[in-house]
Amino acid sequence: MPAGTLYRGREGMWSWVAHRVTGVLIFFFLFAHVLDTALVRVSPEAYNSTIATYKTWPVNLMEYGLTAAILFHALNGLRVIAVDFWAKGPKYQRQMLWTVVTVWVVLMAGAFYPILQETLRNWFG
Amino acid sequence: MSTPTIEDAPQAGNPHSAGLDAAESGKVELITITVRIRRFNPEEHPDAVWVDYQLTVDPKIRVLDAINTIKWEQDGTLTYRRSCAHGVCGSDAMRINGKNRLACKTLIKDVSPEKPITIEPIKGLTVLKDLVVDMDPFFQAYRDVMPFLITTGNEPTRERIQSEEDVQRFEDTTKCILCAACTTSCPVFWNDGQYFGPAAIVNAHRFIFDSRDEGAEQRLEILNDRDGVWRCRTTFNCTDACPRGIEVTKAIQEVKRALVTRRF
Ligand code: HEM
Ligand code: SF4
Ligand code: FES
Repeated sequence: MPAGTLYRGREGMWSWVAHRVTGVLIFFFLFAHVLDTALVRVSPEAYNSTIATYKTWPVNLMEYGLTAAILFHALNGLRVIAVDFWAKGPKYQRQMLWTVVTVWVVLMAGAFYPILQETLRNWFG
Repeated sequence: MSTPTIEDAPQAGNPHSAGLDAAESGKVELITITVRIRRFNPEEHPDAVWVDYQLTVDPKIRVLDAINTIKWEQDGTLTYRRSCAHGVCGSDAMRINGKNRLACKTLIKDVSPEKPITIEPIKGLTVLKDLVVDMDPFFQAYRDVMPFLITTGNEPTRERIQSEEDVQRFEDTTKCILCAACTTSCPVFWNDGQYFGPAAIVNAHRFIFDSRDEGAEQRLEILNDRDGVWRCRTTFNCTDACPRGIEVTKAIQEVKRALVTRRF
């Protein structure tokens, strides 16, 4: 049976989708990170060359993306905890989500230069 | 909002809304709308198809009136449930423009009638024909939480007294009309029909927090199941969908906390 249209859920549904996507993303990052770190026990040379590829601009951009994912997941995770344990949490979930998004945008703007400075310097001198 | 009466009819010179002007003059501005219905008849075709119907209507009629007009004047085979037509029986929950609503409580003017209005069956229950779904799993989950008063000892000869404060603990969840708008708006339920779903939890809540009832422990144990309250991911789709304005997610969270604290 074809599914028909997408359900038009509101903030709560989309924040949950984002929470799951970022959660899975963080999991895959940690998975890869455990493997690359374990490489040092196999061959220090292979480890060094792998880490060297991380110093390129595409990986640098991905680092910024990873920061975005972890920050959103962590901040929204606090919101979910408030919805779970604070009696008024369900009532204020929407306001809490916009607070999460605002704090997230501010922190991401603050992290822009510190994380991307290598790439920015290479591109714009 | 109060109904305008002779006493508070606007005096000459008072600001007067265009809507009120039109209503008083008895003039109704008709508009032409497209209603796009997801139709399914397994005896004719294995797949569901979208079918468009055009009609000229007063934008203040309800979606149910539009569907009735289609059935009565254009295609008598269109199949859907409705009974009271006044938001009481809970039989006409459907997905209108992507959201679960009661067709009898939704006005055409509120669902962007300038674009085609899409109407689909509620999601997550097997579609039998057009907008009619198999409600059996939904009502089974409802029965499973034992939605009736459980007491021990002798029947009292007088009423079971309850304070106003005690009533307020579950008053919200008494309003449920079992329309299934909440359960079929839940992404967890779409993916796993074994989940009890918001409606069953709402109706368990109604008794768990009732000071006259003595079955709370049993109901909490039922909802402690792997397909019980813990599957809830707090997406709030149920709360947004409930036509009775029940704070569904809040009720589910109260049941979760009662399971943790054993206070109810
Ligand atoms: C930074 C601190 C973190 C906090 C505060 C946090 C918080 C949470 C919370 C509260 C939930 C439950 C969401 C719900 O019930 O809807 C959750 C789900 C989840 N988290 Fe995290 N988390 C953190 C880190 C992580 C990490 C490091 C990973 C990856 C290994 C991760 C992966 C996931 C996944 C896959 C889910 C399931 C999402 C779902 O069921 O929809 N989280 N997190
Ligand atoms: S809680 Fe609301 S949406 Fe769910 S079945 Fe009851 S009335 Fe319908
Ligand atoms: S027809 Fe009874 S609730 Fe809509």
